[in-house]
Amino acid sequence: MSQGEIWTLSLQALRRLLAAGGTSSAEVCAAFWDRAAELDRHLHAFLDLRPRTAVLADAEAIDRQRAAGSALGPLAGLPVALKDNLSTAGWETTCGSRILRGYRPPYDATVVSRLKAAGMVVLGKTNLDEFAMGSSTEHSAFGPTRNPWDLGRVPGGSSGGSAAAVAAGMAPASLGSDTGGSIRQPAALCGVVGLKPTYGRVSRYGLVAFASSLDQVGPFGREVADVAMMLGAIAGPDPHDATSARVAVPDYSEALVPDLSGLRIGAPRELFGEGVDEDVRASVAAAIDLLGELGASVSECSLPHVGYSLDAYYVIAPAECSSNLARYDGVRFGPRAGHGDYVAQFSATRGEGFGPEVKRRIMLGTYALSAGYYDAYYDRAQRVRTLIRRDFQEAFQRFDALVAPTSPTVAFPLGSRLEDPLAMYAADICSVPANLAGLPALSVPCGLSNGLPVGLQVIGPAFGEMTLLRIGAAFEQSSDFHGRRPPMAVLG
Amino acid sequence: MAISAAEVRHVAALCRLAVPTEQEGALAADLGRILEHVQRLQACDVAGVPPTSHVGELGDTLREDEVRPSLAQDAAVANSAAARAGLFLVPRVVDDEAAQG
Amino acid sequence: MPGFEPVIGLEVHVELRTRSKMFCGCSADFGAPPNTHVCPVCLGLPGALPVVNRQAVVYAMRAALALHGNIAEETSFDRKNYHYPDLAKGYQISQYQHPISTGGHLDVVRPDGSVLHVRLRRLHMEEDTGKSLHEGVPAGSSGVDFNRAGVPLIEIVMEADVHSPEDARLTLQTLRTVVLYTGVSDVRMEEGSLRCDANVSLRPEGTTAFGTLVEIKNMNSFRSVQRALEYEVTRQSGILGEGGRVARETRHWDERRGITFSSRSKEEADDYRYFPEPDLGALKVERAWVAAVAATMPELPESRRERYVGAGLSAYDAGVLVEDPPLADYFDAVVAAGVAARSACSWLTVELLGRLNGRGEAIGGSKVGPEALAALIRLIEQGTISAKIGKDVLDAMVAEGGDPEAIVRARGLTQISDEGALAQAVRDVLGANATVVADFKSGKDKAFGFLVGQVMKATRGQANPGLVNTILRKELES
Repeated sequence: MSQGEIWTLSLQALRRLLAAGGTSSAEVCAAFWDRAAELDRHLHAFLDLRPRTAVLADAEAIDRQRAAGSALGPLAGLPVALKDNLSTAGWETTCGSRILRGYRPPYDATVVSRLKAAGMVVLGKTNLDEFAMGSSTEHSAFGPTRNPWDLGRVPGGSSGGSAAAVAAGMAPASLGSDTGGSIRQPAALCGVVGLKPTYGRVSRYGLVAFASSLDQVGPFGREVADVAMMLGAIAGPDPHDATSARVAVPDYSEALVPDLSGLRIGAPRELFGEGVDEDVRASVAAAIDLLGELGASVSECSLPHVGYSLDAYYVIAPAECSSNLARYDGVRFGPRAGHGDYVAQFSATRGEGFGPEVKRRIMLGTYALSAGYYDAYYDRAQRVRTLIRRDFQEAFQRFDALVAPTSPTVAFPLGSRLEDPLAMYAADICSVPANLAGLPALSVPCGLSNGLPVGLQVIGPAFGEMTLLRIGAAFEQSSDFHGRRPPMAVLG
Repeated sequence: MAISAAEVRHVAALCRLAVPTEQEGALAADLGRILEHVQRLQACDVAGVPPTSHVGELGDTLREDEVRPSLAQDAAVANSAAARAGLFLVPRVVDDEAAQG
Repeated sequence: MPGFEPVIGLEVHVELRTRSKMFCGCSADFGAPPNTHVCPVCLGLPGALPVVNRQAVVYAMRAALALHGNIAEETSFDRKNYHYPDLAKGYQISQYQHPISTGGHLDVVRPDGSVLHVRLRRLHMEEDTGKSLHEGVPAGSSGVDFNRAGVPLIEIVMEADVHSPEDARLTLQTLRTVVLYTGVSDVRMEEGSLRCDANVSLRPEGTTAFGTLVEIKNMNSFRSVQRALEYEVTRQSGILGEGGRVARETRHWDERRGITFSSRSKEEADDYRYFPEPDLGALKVERAWVAAVAATMPELPESRRERYVGAGLSAYDAGVLVEDPPLADYFDAVVAAGVAARSACSWLTVELLGRLNGRGEAIGGSKVGPEALAALIRLIEQGTISAKIGKDVLDAMVAEGGDPEAIVRARGLTQISDEGALAQAVRDVLGANATVVADFKSGKDKAFGFLVGQVMKATRGQANPGLVNTILRKELES
């Protein structure tokens, strides 16, 4: 196996190759690192790539363990990239913001500890919209990431760097976070698999909070089996996170059964409505037909209140973020600015350190919570949220899973939505409902529209990841998208 | 929905965000348009519907009263732009420590 | 204050004496070097999350039950959002909508025996903030220490049922005693484990509407509370008396100058933008759990006071003991060793405490244990020694410890009650004091006392005084 081909392999294939002695962890990590070092100047998926020597040292340590006959898990010695809102001990974690320049957390996020314990080798921290607020990665304070399928277009957001890294073969897998679609939408736009787990399935300890009742950490991968393996490594209760669920973690690899007989799948008509591109709708419809051919029974259904999702989201998420971001005052970490009393210092530090989108959301959220407005905005949005959750609960009485487009459009050109925040927010109409309801949702590539990837979204009941992975894997094996890579003429 | 520059200043003061005067108008316009959009929530009938404060069954995760290791002092202040003798320095707090909350 | 009645509502914060903090495992102990009891959670670092300390909830419940509060079926936390250098997260995790307890009351017994019934509005849990220090830092700066940040607090809000500054002080002292008895806090104002703010307004006597509320902060002792409120009531009545309006504001008490002043840091009224804490789920408080907490409740001051009065102590003495739990525990132990309540109380509070205070010792550190004191009292009651000798023995015990019986034996202090020996001593004294005898027989009654004194002197104080009296009378009459 030549180094030139290693980067094309999935985690499953890499694992088999390592087990068979066909390569070493050092060789694998070197291959991905070299590709990242070569391509990233075009893509800017990484904010920080670790030194090659450090990466190889970690990989070689795993090789020595393997040679000594130690029992190693399936992810041991495989490289991974981490979104830069995941705390990494002693290593700068910026959240794509100037206000965290130079911040080195004194602790690892739980998901990071778990991947390290599984023997994964961290390649680097990936780019994101500042504090995970955005749908294009253009709101990063350190420059946007480009879509490997078309360098003039966005990779989606906020986990654009993690999605692009996997799409371009710079890492076989990565972690992102999803608050309103920030894993699924970039997965769809970059033609990779992305999963937002059930709220509480994965620990949030160490994930820099954006909206506490919506955030979840989740994996990106080349194929569904890879995402299943990553989920298995990070899922499970954490005593450091009171919102993590004390629900046992199943063996997700058991979900990967190629037959969908007996599964009842619903397609909520409201998620296929206006706002969704015709081409996207056609591609997703074809994918749904394929699910039928694989044995599932598919029918239309309704989520009557889901049309309010975006509005509810854009009240609740900013409200929670305005509170979560109050800690950025320059006292204990981050740069500080301003002269005068602490009020002047806090205001200047935050005014200079936060980008425009973050400031907009903090202001919006503060307004929605403020005296006189709480009932009309925050409280009302949370009641509408209850109605949306009930719609899903009712649907899951009749269906095992729901399907919809992941994103209403394919990747849009860089700069095309920066003038109008509302246009940018519209990217989330299909993805936000699952966050509001706390439900798991998977995006799998289902086709191309004018050469750009389209994603099929599968939404499940709480802790229904097995069903999602089953549907995704069966679909993937039968679809003609599987295995496609971005042309990337310039990238080789 | 119109948000005035005065409201922008009031909200900015609450969340401690310095907004240059020349940006007040644009910010007011952006916020106004977003708020106008989310006004659609008013059309939804929420009578008798409780607000969601937590998604999912979180159960009651309580911690036993055991002391765990803390950060060393130098680690605690390591990220601060201004620390001295293990303390985080800030501009002098005029009122005494019982001032707030 | 002609025609105006003060209306005072107290808000009290109590630091709970858990080992670890409210939401993280850092030590809640006082006095460590700055920022050595901190972690990502209480430092408010990005990505950190709170997890509730079970013991803090138990302590909050205990305090609420002791104050007759109604424990909620379900309780939850809310964020109180504001910015301050010592508030790491930019919000405090507190309770707003669903506090752990509502209602309840406190009965405040005044020195004259009348009782003030103060209703509680609520009791809730929250976390403490860090502290800003002004010494040892560059000029123009303050230094923030987050050791205290995250220490568990309960906030007790009382209804405005208090109508004088003195009653406010008494209420606070009574509250302190109740909380002290529950064992959930040391409640020392001087250490900050008990803090008090007050809302004060005036209204015309006989009316029920509230006047403008002024919040008073920074009262750091019971005496300060009374002084600050006295000052404030005078200030407000001065304004109202001239037809002015009292401004709604927060004022700080300045102990040195003896005034309240308007807080300079107060801008527009705080808008705390409370909303439910998304990082913590609601807590179901099972009735079985409440019952278990109630079952571990120690005896509370009201019951103890009733018990003592029932045993024969005066209301005053009962109060003195109840206010000082270690003293009351000592008293209980003396009584348990077989001494009557009134004797035990007077020997303890007058004789022993008097001697300990003279030596600057506390009851806990004294060399005289309750069993030893009981033994001493029994020796006196049995007549083995006189009360006067008993006091000398107590002096020895306080200085060197030891068992009273051993001391009496060693010093040969046993009271002489042998009538024969005493009769001999009396005859010896009469023989040596013929003039005095003559004086007595000629009507000078005081001479009798002199003769008794001589017998006591001759027997080095060990003669049984009652018997000496009887025998001497007999001899003189014969």
